[in-house]
Amino acid sequence: MSVLIIIIGISILVATGFLIAFLWSAKSGQYDDDYTPSVRMLFDDSPAVSKKDDEEITTT
Amino acid sequence: MLSYLAPVYFSFLYTQKQSIVHPPIIKTSCYHCSETCDDIVRADGKSFCCNGCKQVYLLLNENNLCNYYTLDKSPGIKSKGKFISERFAYLDDETIINKLIQFSSAEQVNVVFHLPQIHCSSCIFLLENLHKINEGIITSQSNFQKKEVFITYNPQAISLRKVVELLAFVGYEPAISLNDTVKKKPINFNRQQIYKIGIAGFCFSNIMMLSFPGYFSGGKIDEAGLKETFTWINLALSLPVLFFSASGIFISAWKGIRQKYLNIDAPIALAIVVTFTRSYYEIISGHGAGYLDSGTGIVFFLLIGRWFQNKTYDSFSFDRDYRSYFPLGTTIIKNGIEKNIPVTQLQKTNRIILRNEEMIPADSILIKGNAHIDYSFVSGENTPVEKKTGDVIYAGGKQKGGAIELEIIKEVSQSYITQLWNNEIFNSKKNEEKSFIHPWSRYFTLALFTIAFGTILFWWKYDSSKILPAVTAVLIVACPCSLLLSATFTYGNMLRIFGKNKLYLKNASVIEALAKVNAVVLDKTGTLTQNSPSLVSYEGTPLSPRELMAVKNMASQSAHPLSKMIAYSLKPEVETQNVQQFKEHAGKGLEATINNMHVKMGSADFINQFDPGIISYGTHTNVHVMVNNVHMGRFAVNNQYRDGIGDLAGNLYKEKFSTYVLSGDNDSEKEKLKNIFNKNTQLLFNQSPQQKLDFVKSIQQKDKNVLMLGDGLNDAGALMQSNVGIAVSDNTSQFSPACDAILDGDNVKLLDRFIAYAKSGKNIVRASFMLSILYNIAGLSFAVQGLLSPMVAAILMPLSSISIVLLVTALSSLSARIKGL
Repeated sequence: MSVLIIIIGISILVATGFLIAFLWSAKSGQYDDDYTPSVRMLFDDSPAVSKKDDEEITTT
Repeated sequence: MLSYLAPVYFSFLYTQKQSIVHPPIIKTSCYHCSETCDDIVRADGKSFCCNGCKQVYLLLNENNLCNYYTLDKSPGIKSKGKFISERFAYLDDETIINKLIQFSSAEQVNVVFHLPQIHCSSCIFLLENLHKINEGIITSQSNFQKKEVFITYNPQAISLRKVVELLAFVGYEPAISLNDTVKKKPINFNRQQIYKIGIAGFCFSNIMMLSFPGYFSGGKIDEAGLKETFTWINLALSLPVLFFSASGIFISAWKGIRQKYLNIDAPIALAIVVTFTRSYYEIISGHGAGYLDSGTGIVFFLLIGRWFQNKTYDSFSFDRDYRSYFPLGTTIIKNGIEKNIPVTQLQKTNRIILRNEEMIPADSILIKGNAHIDYSFVSGENTPVEKKTGDVIYAGGKQKGGAIELEIIKEVSQSYITQLWNNEIFNSKKNEEKSFIHPWSRYFTLALFTIAFGTILFWWKYDSSKILPAVTAVLIVACPCSLLLSATFTYGNMLRIFGKNKLYLKNASVIEALAKVNAVVLDKTGTLTQNSPSLVSYEGTPLSPRELMAVKNMASQSAHPLSKMIAYSLKPEVETQNVQQFKEHAGKGLEATINNMHVKMGSADFINQFDPGIISYGTHTNVHVMVNNVHMGRFAVNNQYRDGIGDLAGNLYKEKFSTYVLSGDNDSEKEKLKNIFNKNTQLLFNQSPQQKLDFVKSIQQKDKNVLMLGDGLNDAGALMQSNVGIAVSDNTSQFSPACDAILDGDNVKLLDRFIAYAKSGKNIVRASFMLSILYNIAGLSFAVQGLLSPMVAAILMPLSSISIVLLVTALSSLSARIKGL
């Protein structure tokens, strides 16, 4: 049954891996702002109407 | 009852409509900033309130960024115009640039600015599209919650100063402080919380997993050594939770104890300590497995709950909005033309004019005039200090005497003015009674410990195994914060809603005072009547141009509504004359020597006291003029009542308020007022400021809680004496710390709704207070019986706080909607 101990050791190691991943992501600032990205993704990339095109439309 | 009143009520409306002719006022709001336009500037078929706003619109339009206006309602911030001045010149300095920027190379500079103006998704849109406006900007990324923008730009194409000027131009002027090192702390603090939650979650779930075998086998695990291994791993896993994740709770509890005060964290810290030490004792002595699963669970759920709680509070934080709305105006002079602007728009080097009794909004230098500055707002010392031309005058003082001209040398600090308003000196007698919740919360923790102790004694006697879970649950489930929160959040939201309706309250305790009001005292001139220069006409011996100049110059020294109307009604002249020996007799009149002429202006009583009997009392509100002791004539001021005064009078009567109208003026308006107000309203005329004060005092002695509505200067004494003093302002700088609230003249008609709303606010606080007491009683009664597991308690506690906050905010907003605010 001592294999249980090994398995538990491994499971804790795996969990620690995820914990480190979490702490890393927090440290890199992924949780600093949880609002702006949700708004940003809704902005349309306004069809790159360059100024020239704009002028053409207005002049013609 | 209602049908009985209806005819009376409607007859007011009817007579009022007959007697008052309103000029049609069409109000256009600015396409950019949504403020009401005084002079309309047009472009592209849209109206703007000023050239600055128009320029911002044109800039956005040119760069195809007009989405800004469609993403959110009224996103624009009133523009201050282009900065031709040297305002941001210091940003060209190399050492200052180096202090502000984060990174720099030949092609790229990174910089972070704090922009307090960010408020909606349109702001994000505009700020993240700065590169379309100026090609020198490479990227810009905003952080809504921290109100920051991260900008990278090409230093060869654009300078830091130009970047800041662009931001300021579109309405987002960065708050730049040169010792920005302090600013970085909050980020780390925020991350610390996330680390704590992550680690607590990790340890808690692993401990749970290792405790499962114990749960299923009833604590008996056959294989030798396995159980011990599990418990020792648990012990190791619990250490970071105790020493790192829970550290905030211990620190806060310890800080409270050091100040001899048991705060909310004290019982929780005690519960954690008890659970952990008991578990460690059991494990080390080999008695059992302890309660580390629930111990770490408590910490984990508490941290999560608090994190949610903070999120909820952040989205309801009110103070900022209501302070930034602070309605203070000032008269600025530019090229000889006077203009009223809000103090927030004052800039360095602006010239402003202050009249008698007006307050200095920002630190400035005296340019012209005899300054006698009264610093009683700041220090309580009320002997005026004389200042010479060129002296620096600090904000918060009050001019006594004639008008003075100042040049601003420092920007206005709103918070400083709000602070003055809340200065202790003016809170001496009013609002003394604290909110009825305070005594409750003070003894809450004490009562809690008593209950916990009782629980220990009880279970000691009957079932000692239940002592620990029961006591821990008691300590954790009790939630004094929901008691405190109900008042804070209801009143916070109400202050915001009042502010939206242009009633600016000094602080939350004014709401409680407003709820108790049962008598309303109204001043007439400037409060019930409108201030408009077009209503002034002159009758009598024609005044020579020289005399007219003298009259205008003298009238413009004073801040009384009548003086101001007269001053504005006379043709604007560039020449200002030397006004000597200016004296204002409060509630009576003015006198001064100008150009060797001795001029007196004032009420009939005032003029008659110099030469009795020369004037008969007229039928209008009259301001008589006397030059070198000869009565010249009078300025007749037509009284035009504000919109909705008739409705207000009717509603006040319906709600059974005792109403009184006090006027410093003669009784020429008696009949008109009688028509507007019902016959029970007491009308008093020819009242001096002192008489008004005494009158308020006398009705207070008849058990009335008095609301006084008047202008901030002439009625200051009565406003101070009343239970709630509201100063009515029409874009002026009549700031008087004596008042409890400032109301925009246009919204005087909403007075009855304001009172009704304050009353409903009190009921909301009561109801939520009762609810949170019920929460606590229910929670505690389960906990005492040992029916509530400590972990469930840790989940319930923050939930109850959040539910109270949501409830009171929703209720107070709903009630405002019902009341039509």
